[in-house]
Amino acid sequence: MAAPPSAYKDRQFLAVIGDEDSVTGLLLAGIGHVTPPPDSQKNFLVVDTKTSNEAIEEAFERFTTERKDIGILLINQHIADRIRHRVDTYTAAFPSLLEIPSKDHPYDPEKDSVLRRVRRLFGE
Amino acid sequence: MSGAQNREAVFPTRQSLGLMKAKLKGAQTGHDLLKRKSEALTKRFREITRRIDEAKRKMGRVMQIAAFSLAEVTYAVGGDIGYQVQESAKSARFRVRTKQENVSGVFLPAFESYTTEGNNDFGLTGLGKGGQQVQRCRETYARAVETLVELASLQTAFVILDEVIKVVNRRVNAIEHVIIPRTENTIKYINSELDELDREEFFRLKKVQNKKQRDTAAQDAEMRAKRDAKTAANQAEDNKENKGSQDILGEQEDADVIF
Repeated sequence: MAAPPSAYKDRQFLAVIGDEDSVTGLLLAGIGHVTPPPDSQKNFLVVDTKTSNEAIEEAFERFTTERKDIGILLINQHIADRIRHRVDTYTAAFPSLLEIPSKDHPYDPEKDSVLRRVRRLFGE
Repeated sequence: MSGAQNREAVFPTRQSLGLMKAKLKGAQTGHDLLKRKSEALTKRFREITRRIDEAKRKMGRVMQIAAFSLAEVTYAVGGDIGYQVQESAKSARFRVRTKQENVSGVFLPAFESYTTEGNNDFGLTGLGKGGQQVQRCRETYARAVETLVELASLQTAFVILDEVIKVVNRRVNAIEHVIIPRTENTIKYINSELDELDREEFFRLKKVQNKKQRDTAAQDAEMRAKRDAKTAANQAEDNKENKGSQDILGEQEDADVIF
């Protein structure tokens, strides 16, 4: 039924996939974390126009399934749109996936996968 | 009617009838309880969806303000600080921990944000100029992230509750539409079979009784016939004897004996 406590006990970090401004702001708030060497992994990914969709998907995969210490994954909505099929099929409870607005792209509730589920459940 | 389909494979005995009745009772109790659980969860679920809707709107506003304060920083520092910030991020100051909340037997994890004191990765950011703006921006973003964490816990609760409600509803429906009718059918089947057996038994007893009565009657008749025959024979013999025997007491006149 519900997830066992072991599934979320160690999750203490937030991760972010976003454009430069969003990532900078969130890092300033203090969510940035780099695992100690040898495999220093960052918990954030800066996406610009040059970043390929494959790279985004790979980061998404890494944050959602590989790393077990991430509790919340923040992703800019316009970036979520680029990997929309992956975001929509993501249904696990942990880490929790949150679409956030970015500076250049105002928030559109119609695109949010969770809000869409809410709407569908209430038959709107 | 309660044919061979849609009932459990049991022998129609009184014992299994008792078992089935107990099972039906258990199923009904379970159904009531599960239904109540599902209602409680649904109530909670609706509340959470409402709060998600609110929180999402709030998030839009908060992130806008935060983005604006970052723009202020960029203006004050007079250059992009993104690269510097990304490079100096080492250890998370802002972390989340999970705690559990129990809603009618379902553990809903919720995130709680906390800041670890002591490490400050961005001590040098904005040292030259715009330090105040950087500080303010950090505070704004910290508040924004708190909102985000709150939203994330709501969303996690939403996802988990959604799943649990589906499971519970599936169970309620399974009990209501499969298990209870099937058990009722089985009970009906066992009852009808037992009745059938009863009727058969009754009929058999009647048959046996009939036969016994017939037998007794025949025996009686035979005995009576025998007795009749016997009496008749006795009478006949008596008659004969009566005829043959003479009165020894000498009812008849004897001839006098003269010496």
